[in-house]
Amino acid sequence: MKIIKIDKNDWTRGIDKSRETYQLFGPVTDSGQSIFKQLDKNAYPEMGGTNSVMSPKSVLFPQTEKILAASLDASMENHHIMQRPAADYSRRAVIGIRPYDAKAVRLVKLNFDTADYRDPYWCDAHGATTFVGLAVNQPSAVDFSISMGSGPFGEEGLDVLLVDLEDHYLAKVLTPKGGAYLSDAGFDAAAETDASLTTIETMQLAAEAAITTTVPTDRLQEKALLDLHGAPFWEDLAFTCINCGTCTFVCPTCWCFDIQDETKGKSTSRFRNWDTCMSPLFTLHGSGHNPRGKKTQRVRQRFMHKLKYFLDKYDQGTMCVGCGRCVEKCPVNIDIRSICSTMNAYDPKDVA
Amino acid sequence: MDNPYQPYPVRIDDIEIATKDKSLKTFKFVFLNRLDEVRFSFRAGQFAELSVPGVGEIPIGIASSPTEKGFVKFTVFKTGVVSSHLHNMKVGDIMGIRGPFGNCYPWDKLEGKNVVIIGGGFAFTTLRASIIYMLDPDNRSKFGNIDVVYGARSPGMLLYRDELFGWEQRDDINVHITVDGTDDPNWKYNVGFVPAIVEQKAPGATPATYAIVCGPPVMIKFTQPVLEKLGYGQEQIIMSLENRMKCGIGMCGHCNIGKELVCKDGPVFTLKEINRTPREF
Repeated sequence: MKIIKIDKNDWTRGIDKSRETYQLFGPVTDSGQSIFKQLDKNAYPEMGGTNSVMSPKSVLFPQTEKILAASLDASMENHHIMQRPAADYSRRAVIGIRPYDAKAVRLVKLNFDTADYRDPYWCDAHGATTFVGLAVNQPSAVDFSISMGSGPFGEEGLDVLLVDLEDHYLAKVLTPKGGAYLSDAGFDAAAETDASLTTIETMQLAAEAAITTTVPTDRLQEKALLDLHGAPFWEDLAFTCINCGTCTFVCPTCWCFDIQDETKGKSTSRFRNWDTCMSPLFTLHGSGHNPRGKKTQRVRQRFMHKLKYFLDKYDQGTMCVGCGRCVEKCPVNIDIRSICSTMNAYDPKDVA
Repeated sequence: MDNPYQPYPVRIDDIEIATKDKSLKTFKFVFLNRLDEVRFSFRAGQFAELSVPGVGEIPIGIASSPTEKGFVKFTVFKTGVVSSHLHNMKVGDIMGIRGPFGNCYPWDKLEGKNVVIIGGGFAFTTLRASIIYMLDPDNRSKFGNIDVVYGARSPGMLLYRDELFGWEQRDDINVHITVDGTDDPNWKYNVGFVPAIVEQKAPGATPATYAIVCGPPVMIKFTQPVLEKLGYGQEQIIMSLENRMKCGIGMCGHCNIGKELVCKDGPVFTLKEINRTPREF
């Protein structure tokens, strides 16, 4: 394990140097809120911030993305033939991504990179990206990432893990891709490995101890899917939901999308946009029939997908990384932690 | 397919009004690039996304059989934005097709078996493909008895009427045509709902007999108990499902029924498989 020491006095110079070979993305304040976006050439990632309002999923999966385009002008060659527009997939680095969000990228990859089909937009962006993570020294009150198989110092999905030590970072080099980024940034001061690992471990234990919420997931797998689906608690759990879809937009693992065409003059573009299973339109048939026309069905869909369908399908844990964004942002305080506990504890025999 | 979102360019080669009320039309498409037809190699029961640039895409079952070469056919009901636009398009217009998507009817399992096809209304498209496929001289010997029960509201609402009446005359397939009602005094086929005709005319179950059922929800609802009464087991009843979908490749998340995706794990499921899902379709 190679560990690099980065003096914070060298930080901005290194970031600037890495701009020569990478497009940079990071957390910045936009309209008063912390979001991940491509950094302007004078902007630096705001490393001190707390959990970003929006997850970094947009770096690989923009909220709106042009996927195809065509001319509708019959005098043009290839009119009405849709082609992928040129896009920049040169090297990019996401600076300051949190460990749970990096784990989310790994989960989303299961959807977009499969044995049968490869989503070229997501996969090309993913392949171009180096993930430079930042360990969470002070977990938020809603962080339950440990329960979901991640944690404040989790390394899954990261190429580099930065640990903030006041006047410097220790950078754990996790992959060759990570090493290449640090080298391009000019961060090359090797730290003494054993001592650094001890320091990092101490900080990790402190951060993990600060997360007091434990959400049990151990019995989700053994539950029968139809038992959970038919459980009597969904009506109650969904009662306050207003189907706003906020939970799905802030979620780092929600990947559902819609495809829409937009035409201006004689040229048309096909876009994909984030969609939300909380909307009745999501499942509305052309005939008017709607298999999830009721709110309760949609709320159940979201939690069953994250905590049961995904688990059964991939055997890679839940489709939740415990970032706590949906808990924090839900306008009616629907809490995935308690819903997960309820599902985990459910026994159809208890319902007489 | 390098980019599963990029349609193969096609030209509309022919448009046929499929029902008397003109709500369904059959479109015949020819691929602009010959190689794309090879890339589009499919089996009966699969579907494709018909892609109209500037308007959008619709998932439609493939109505032509893989044994019919040089074109692909789709019969489309006019119902939403894309299908309405398509109904106004003309022969010669350029558009796109993505696919083929989904699984197909279980042809490997059906080999050597008796096949009973039960269809209603305009859900007869992939069943037409299946019948053409099985009746192909190269394939007919691979199957035992073939029975078809197909019904529509009225004679004019039956799809593929000429073919249907032709099959009815043959002795290598038993075709039972029915309508809910008709005022045609010369109507020489059945009158009655599909489930009732199934009960009267469909062969009883044997371990080597499979039923493929495709139709509106109400037909499926009342056909299922009839088949069970005839002795068909849950693994012998095969259905093709529909759900709203966008991508066709299992990624956009729209068409799930529990952990199954209609576009990728389906659209064809056995009743046994369907009964293991939350049945959100």
